[in-house]
Amino acid sequence: MQRLNIVITGHVDHGKSTLIGRLLADTDSLPQGKLESVKKMCENNARPFEYAFLLDALADEQKQGITIDSARVFFQSKKREYIIIDAPGHIEFLKNMISGASRAEAALLLIDAKEGVAENSKRHGMLLSLLGIKQVAIVVNKMDLVNFSEIAFNKLKIEYSEYLATLGIKSDIFIPISAREGVNLIEHSSSTPWYKGPTVLEILDSFKSVEEKENDDFRMPLQDVYKFTRDNDDRRIYAGTVTSGELNVGDEVVFYPSLKRSKVASIESFNTPVKTSVKESEAVGFTLQTQIYVRNGDVVARADQSAPKVSNRFEANLFWLGAKPLELDKPYKIKIGSAQSTIYLEEIKRVIDGDTLDRADEPSVGRHEAACVIFRVHDLLAMELFAENQKLGRFVIVDEFDIAGGGIITEVLEQYTNRRTKSSSVGNVLVDKASSSADFEEELFALLRKHFPHQFN
Amino acid sequence: MDHLDRLEAQSIYILREAYRSFPNLAMLWSIGKDSTVLLWLTRKAFFGHVPYPLVHIDTAFKIPEMIKYRDEIAVQWDLNLVVGQNKEALAKGETFVNGLDRLSCCKKLKSDALKYTLDGTWARRKWNPYKKVWEDELNGAPYTGVIVGVRADEEGSRSKERVFSARDEKSEWDASTQPPELWNQYKTDFAPGTHVRIHPLLEWTELNIWEYIERENIPIISLYFNNGNGKRYRSLGCFPCTAPVDSEARNPKEIIEELTSGKFKDIAERSGRAQDKDGGGTLEALRKEGYM
Ligand SMILES: Nc1nc2c(ncn2[C@@H]2O[C@H](COP(=O)(O)OP(=O)(O)O)[C@@H](O)[C@H]2O)c(=O)[nH]1
Ligand SMILES: [Mg+2]
Repeated sequence: MQRLNIVITGHVDHGKSTLIGRLLADTDSLPQGKLESVKKMCENNARPFEYAFLLDALADEQKQGITIDSARVFFQSKKREYIIIDAPGHIEFLKNMISGASRAEAALLLIDAKEGVAENSKRHGMLLSLLGIKQVAIVVNKMDLVNFSEIAFNKLKIEYSEYLATLGIKSDIFIPISAREGVNLIEHSSSTPWYKGPTVLEILDSFKSVEEKENDDFRMPLQDVYKFTRDNDDRRIYAGTVTSGELNVGDEVVFYPSLKRSKVASIESFNTPVKTSVKESEAVGFTLQTQIYVRNGDVVARADQSAPKVSNRFEANLFWLGAKPLELDKPYKIKIGSAQSTIYLEEIKRVIDGDTLDRADEPSVGRHEAACVIFRVHDLLAMELFAENQKLGRFVIVDEFDIAGGGIITEVLEQYTNRRTKSSSVGNVLVDKASSSADFEEELFALLRKHFPHQFN
Repeated sequence: MDHLDRLEAQSIYILREAYRSFPNLAMLWSIGKDSTVLLWLTRKAFFGHVPYPLVHIDTAFKIPEMIKYRDEIAVQWDLNLVVGQNKEALAKGETFVNGLDRLSCCKKLKSDALKYTLDGTWARRKWNPYKKVWEDELNGAPYTGVIVGVRADEEGSRSKERVFSARDEKSEWDASTQPPELWNQYKTDFAPGTHVRIHPLLEWTELNIWEYIERENIPIISLYFNNGNGKRYRSLGCFPCTAPVDSEARNPKEIIEELTSGKFKDIAERSGRAQDKDGGGTLEALRKEGYM
């Protein structure tokens, strides 16, 4: 059965957990006895029952009545299976909301009809667009508190649409609901006779799962190169997950940025029939006709297709979640595809805050802020524009030991020339030397592993 | 690609990411279906090889067939098996069968044994697949990455886990301060003294596990099947606290039927485990202290 990842976002207390709890209950997706046992627990503790309790399973959350992390909930409609991610709306937990949302293919954004557009309604809208989630429906909740008024609904719809337009998002899907009363979730309700659009379940079923595109050029970030000498296995296997396109035995491949090349000798796999080709989303391994030494993180492309872009500078939209602000010229780690390198913030073009009052001339990007920035990387990296290739056009920034920010590449800039001119005459020689000594090391280790295998386990 | 291909590919990616990021990596193998699927996925990811040790915590109260099965597979698949045990608690008789309450027993025989086996404080018993003998390892190096087969659909607090989840010096897990995890990028950097738990099966459901076992024909332990007495285990643990369920299912296919349309539709998997039922939030309390 088909499966889709959906994230539910919106300001704290606007009813996200209630919506999911109610959806689970009304579609019979709960384990037997769960609803009754939660109701019973509320009775025993003399607390009113909340559908949110079905999700907020952590003891901490039940005490405080807020969602701390993005729970994954499994749920099924007649059409397909869903993983629903309940994202916390509280600003303190923005990183959790983003972790949840980054796995999603579509989103619902909840707004409280009575309270109206709140800070995180805007911030979440902006983050969804930064994360590249294009399928978004706006759900106006707690319509019961405004007497199911069409006027109130339309007013909110106009206000929020205007905000979305400033982000370049066009969303015409707005659904008036009451999560607690179950209005317009599964079936149309007589409470809103003026509403003729889809219900929440109908809109979920109408979202498309992000499809594999057959025509894209082959790309595979090289995750690792294996040589397991045990049982006299002498295959040198180049492994990774295909991010787009197709690769066949016999194809000539080029590694970027190292520009090494060879031909695919075999496709390797365990417990499958022999494979002669692989495609997008598969976790694969292949051997080459010649033994070349390449580094983890290189991007593999086909010689007969387009090449990825290679540079050490780019412009990006970024959101920052780190406890410490993102500062100019300080070393951070970037992870993109399977590559890692040291990265420096070269310029902050503007900071976009929750209210879209863009600010220029900021010295740093603070926690929970988004910004348009220019980065300079220590090494050359293969990359793509996010608009053209999502998986190779997005990256994370690590500060000390934790992921502290993420972003999407909007423009690949000319290489950082300072460094290049300084070392260009010797640069290539240096690279070759480095790789040939690494080659030697690699071979040496292979020999050692082969003859003294027990030392290596 | 169908849904099993997708789950498989994602789990393989995670295993490879763990393998290249953690110099001292191990995988927990409880002998149960989930971690045996993980073991199978490891062989998929590394083209038939299992390039890290498998840690099994032997409470001494495991159903005897489990130990037999474990040792047979270890020989067949050339595994580096590492066994940890709380010898002191067993010697002193600090166990549920000797009157200790269930949670304290779990803590001693599982959580503590796990913690001190992983960090190398306690001796590890190791199966040497080359010499085919058991050896004792004293003062072993701590494992900095530990692969664990938990699934998000098992129980509330597990649904909030990250794929790469940091544990501090005390092996504790704090759901509210977890760093973000974006797209396919995970936490692969860690401070000295901490270790990272890696969860490649988070998005699998119990049903997916059985579908995959059937598709790949994975030699799963036979306790999961009705071998003639009309009973089978749905979840494996220690014999004093885990009861078999009544079932006629004799193979993965029949289990899948049972889960989708039969008697176990909508009944939680861990319903046979006694320690989950002692009031709300107890499993979370155990998890905070490092329980799987
Ligand atoms: N009147 C009314 N209250 C609602 C509705 N949906 C949710 N609530 C209440 O709003 C509060 C916050 O809901 P919750 O789902 O926890 O919000 P979250 O923070 O977005 O997950 C709870 O007390 C709910 O009972 C609704 O449709 N109508
Ligand atoms: Mg909530």
